[in-house]
Amino acid sequence: MAVEGGVYRSWGRYPAVGNQRIFRLHDRFAALSISTEVQRVLPYGHGRSYGDVCLNDGGGLLHTRGLDRFIAFDVVTGVLRCEAGVLLAEILDLVVPRGWFLPVTPGTRFVTVGGALANDVHGKNHHLVGTFGCHVRRFELLRSDGERFECSPHESADWFGATIGGLGLTGLVTWVELQLRRIANPWIAGEVVRFHSLEEFAELSRAADGDYEYTVSWIDCAAAVGRGLFMCGNHAPALSAERPQVSHKKLRVPFTPPVSLISGLTLRAFNALYYRKQLAERTTAITHYEPFFYPLDGLLEWNRIYGPRGFLQYQCVVPVEGGLDLLHEVLGQIAASGSGSVLAVLKQFGDIPSPGWLSFPRSGFTLALDFPNYGERTLQLLERLDVIVRTGGGRLYPAKDARMAGDFFRQSYTDWERFSAYVDPQFSSDFWRRVME
Amino acid sequence: MRKVLIIGATSAIAEATARRFAAEGDALYLIGRRTERLEAIATDLKVRGAHAIACEAMDVNDVAAHSAAIDRAQAALGGLDTVLIAHGTLSDQAACQHSVTQTLAEISTNGLSVVALLTELAERFEDQGHGTLAVISSVAGDRGRQSNYVYGCAKAMVSTFTSGLRQRLSKRGVHVLTIKPGFVDTPMTAAFPKGPLWAQPDAIAAGIVDAIRKQRSVVYLPRFWRLIMWIVRAVPEPLFRRASL
Ligand SMILES: Cc1cc2nc3c(=O)[nH]c(=O)nc-3n(C[C@H](O)[C@H](O)[C@H](O)COP(=O)(O)OP(=O)(O)OC[C@H]3O[C@@H](n4cnc5c(N)ncnc54)[C@H](O)[C@@H]3O)c2cc1C
Ligand SMILES: NC(=O)c1ccc[n+]([C@@H]2O[C@H](COP(=O)([O-])OP(=O)(O)OC[C@H]3O[C@@H](n4cnc5c(N)ncnc54)[C@H](OP(=O)(O)O)[C@@H]3O)[C@@H](O)[C@H]2O)c1
Repeated sequence: MAVEGGVYRSWGRYPAVGNQRIFRLHDRFAALSISTEVQRVLPYGHGRSYGDVCLNDGGGLLHTRGLDRFIAFDVVTGVLRCEAGVLLAEILDLVVPRGWFLPVTPGTRFVTVGGALANDVHGKNHHLVGTFGCHVRRFELLRSDGERFECSPHESADWFGATIGGLGLTGLVTWVELQLRRIANPWIAGEVVRFHSLEEFAELSRAADGDYEYTVSWIDCAAAVGRGLFMCGNHAPALSAERPQVSHKKLRVPFTPPVSLISGLTLRAFNALYYRKQLAERTTAITHYEPFFYPLDGLLEWNRIYGPRGFLQYQCVVPVEGGLDLLHEVLGQIAASGSGSVLAVLKQFGDIPSPGWLSFPRSGFTLALDFPNYGERTLQLLERLDVIVRTGGGRLYPAKDARMAGDFFRQSYTDWERFSAYVDPQFSSDFWRRVME
Repeated sequence: MRKVLIIGATSAIAEATARRFAAEGDALYLIGRRTERLEAIATDLKVRGAHAIACEAMDVNDVAAHSAAIDRAQAALGGLDTVLIAHGTLSDQAACQHSVTQTLAEISTNGLSVVALLTELAERFEDQGHGTLAVISSVAGDRGRQSNYVYGCAKAMVSTFTSGLRQRLSKRGVHVLTIKPGFVDTPMTAAFPKGPLWAQPDAIAAGIVDAIRKQRSVVYLPRFWRLIMWIVRAVPEPLFRRASL
């Protein structure tokens, strides 16, 4: 959990947090009674953001997990309405047996609907269906002054645009209505292809775009050339013969080791092994959706392996035009630094516009990396990466950020000024204070 | 499909238990104080698979209303198989010490109202000769402690009453279950700092459903509380008097 011994952290366990007053919400009809002792509050879903968008040092957190009721589910149309603290995992448990699936899912199912909306999360199908927010039909926004807006693309449309991807700053989302996607069964027909360079990746990506609903790549960061595995898949058709065995067993990292278990050595070894995990250049398999979408969810609390200092994620998007050169530069910097990333994930976003003013995804290549926190050395490397991304017209994902400079944010999220007029006067976050400095 | 009546249905423990009933397709009738919250819970349980569901608002201290409410539940469900009584308030011990009114009110909510409901229900279950009456008491009822003996004595009343009722009704094939949770992380205990002894409502719910199925008599939830309370009860009075629990 991101909540340990009553301390609310983010997933990266960095930055360390100070004092936050916790208010646990249970009743979506209740007004927000924000005590005068805390100046500012912020919704907190399941703490799966890596950096500081879900933290509020010196203020209050409105923990939404107690808002976990379903409100309506139409099995015929696949329209689901639920409170904002429901986990995507709980939605899947309910709807998959009835032939429906999430329209968009991030790489973990342990996030709340409200959190998914507020970060306007993306999944492996971005190239075909856009972000999570593209499938939000409506939601209710509760402001600190007690006012409630029912928002959709047609009603209170400005609040709709501000709140999707709005990082929890416009008020509390109490419930969300989603359009689900039909499936015939829980299986995914998947394929894994090895690539040896970024150019090959781009080629595979282009070729697969129309044929595969889901595509994503893992890339070997220790090797600089941009080699990796391209993974793609589709929901299996109704009559697929194979019925794979599924293990729902979960392991847990039982405690936080005193030092990070991720070092240069374990990292290179892991990457080299993973790259060769399959013998053939191309393999196909029918799998259950869980290991396909959520390979990390099988190891609960895996973030502990980085030790008490935590780790930093870095996710950027760069335009397609000239994008490969930028990625080469980024990978070069990382390889040269020797502090490569275990889980480097690469994907090509499509060009469906995101509904949120501050939504991160836009047409281009997106690369996500994580780095053990070695202090100054790590921060300096990330700053070098910023320079590359920034010059190339790219930007960073706030959900994974704990350190980008304010002027970088404001330069790359051009709607921030329009957005800031919609920030609830009683809401704020560590992230927001940092990028507004 | 069981026909289940839940009293105090907005309680976190009751709601978690109701979700387990709903997932099994049971029919549920919910009684609680606040209509809006009851309705939100009822809709949720319906989506989760409850077969039929209705709710009504009642303050458990309105003893005169009990009988008719139970009638309506029985009529709506077409009978009753299982009743879970879950309401409660964690008394403000310090305030009670200065107020007779408040002390008696706490004993009424946590003890007398339960006795009244069970008296009403016992008659009906005795007649029908089957079913389960599951009642949430507390480890706090096992021995009075200076920090919460008002709440504790009301729960002791519930534990003792259900013990006697169990003896009486077991002869008629009716199962009476006394549930004694330890520390549970719910709105009732929001103000307490949480440590390793604390359990989540869903873990308690799992224990309740299991105890109903196995027709257990008295369950401590989680189970290690049986040992803790055995020790607490075993401490000799001269020693206990000097402690400040
Ligand atoms: C293993 C892993 C894989 C991931 N993969 C992806 C991925 O593929 N794609 C992707 O996009 N992201 C991914 N993420 C990031 C994650 O999906 C997002 O950070 C998500 O928003 C976390 O949701 P949460 O419920 O934990 O919210 P939190 O992290 O607790 O909060 C996130 C933001 O939402 C706001 N918020 C929460 N609830 C509400 C509410 N009710 N009303 C208003 N605001 C609210 C908070 O204030 C905060 O700003 C991944 C994270 C992990 C740990
Ligand atoms: N939490 C613990 O640590 C713990 C430990 C041992 C035993 N218990 C027992 O477990 C049971 C459930 O409690 P919980 O922990 O789930 O707490 P909870 O969520 O606070 O539930 C208590 C419920 O009792 C209801 N209630 C109180 N007074 C009432 C009245 N006069 N009429 C009708 N309903 C009334 C409340 O209704 P409203 O929603 O309208 O306020 C609330 O739903 C209680 O009997 C409690 O004593 C709890």
